[in-house]
Amino acid sequence: MSLLRDKLENSNDTVFTAEFPSIDGGGMASVVRDVARLAPFFDAVNATDNPAAHAHTSNTTTAIAMKMHGLEPIMQVVCRDKNRLAIQSDIMGAALHGIENVSLLTGDDVTAGDEPEARRVFDIDSIQAINITRIMMTGKYLSGRKINPAPDFYIGAVENAAAPPFDYRIERALKKHRAGASFLQLQICYHPDRLEAFCKGVAKIAPDLKLIPTIVLVKSAKALGFMNEKVAGINVPQQTIARVAAAADQAKEAYDLTLELARHALTLPGVRGLHVTDFRHDDSLHSFMSDLGQRPRN
Amino acid sequence: MLKKLLPFVEHAIKKPVWDCRMCGQCVLHSTGMTCPMTCPKTLRNGPCGGVRENGHCEVKPEMQCVWLKAYERKVSLPMPTVWKDHFNELRPPVDMRLAGTSSWVNLVTKRDQQTPAGWSVINGAH
Ligand code: SF4
Repeated sequence: MSLLRDKLENSNDTVFTAEFPSIDGGGMASVVRDVARLAPFFDAVNATDNPAAHAHTSNTTTAIAMKMHGLEPIMQVVCRDKNRLAIQSDIMGAALHGIENVSLLTGDDVTAGDEPEARRVFDIDSIQAINITRIMMTGKYLSGRKINPAPDFYIGAVENAAAPPFDYRIERALKKHRAGASFLQLQICYHPDRLEAFCKGVAKIAPDLKLIPTIVLVKSAKALGFMNEKVAGINVPQQTIARVAAAADQAKEAYDLTLELARHALTLPGVRGLHVTDFRHDDSLHSFMSDLGQRPRN
Repeated sequence: MLKKLLPFVEHAIKKPVWDCRMCGQCVLHSTGMTCPMTCPKTLRNGPCGGVRENGHCEVKPEMQCVWLKAYERKVSLPMPTVWKDHFNELRPPVDMRLAGTSSWVNLVTKRDQQTPAGWSVINGAH
């Protein structure tokens, strides 16, 4: 059983997840460096699948490399670049290499990336991909052809609690749960009220669905403004940006803001952990974790 | 003859109203009478996470998100309750072989309900 699954299903401990940096060269030495940096704090880390529609080292091979060096991967599979055959072969590749957590998502559109002229695939959507993974766990491909023995996965997905239509986000999360998802990593959210309404709505109907909101470590108002403008589906309220902009020490104010959001998120029903995105690249990850009562593990 | 003619007739009627893309397996009744094939990502099970703060599409900023429109119509339009109940059903992957054929014919022959042999849904997901 994966550590993530064990912790989420068999304990009340708070889990921490993160994103593994995309690999563009650098070889295994870069993997070793990043594993050493992340392993002390995180239970499992996402092996991404061409995030923001930019080509990088593949999801499966990144996940294998992480696992090889002792960091538990959550292998992401997005629907933008692969049809249903390729998605099923990704899942089978994960099983072959003992990767136990997979997360299925729609994916940013090709127009968000640096090759906007590419063909977008979206042969199936994220919910169909979740359901197909669940079907594969019963020992067959979508075609009905046998898989023996059936692979076993801890299935995750992603949802944006803060994007319209707000009420429907809860229904969509529940639909992902019905299709087979056991945990949801939530996209960056700078609207605590929206996050709260979402978590309460989900927990009321599906209390066993584990929610992991994302928290971002940033240094400045500029970084918040960038996210607001450039990242699909992310809205940062003007007063939040203004609060950081007005501070004498922007880095400190941004840190305090992050800590407030994190503490609030952890009080919400259904929330079992945090997904931490570090855009600061300084030592604040250490203080952040210790301010949340977490000690580095060995 | 009819089989050849019907796709033209169907397209002539559905294109102006719903911007029909002739996927051949119509789900309009269960998606608030909004065609999910007009979503740039052709999502059939709800909106992606990229919907903008103003409700517009991640891919085409000038267009309202198809699923936002669908959800609003589902909530506000007078429609049979069973159609509304179908809104959250887990719709199967599109059968690409049906593209360009008449969904009316496929509805009558039940061809549009055929799914791959391995496909199944659980827990009241229809
Ligand atoms: S924003 Fe809406 S219409 Fe645009 S790609 Fe996402 S789901 Fe489709």
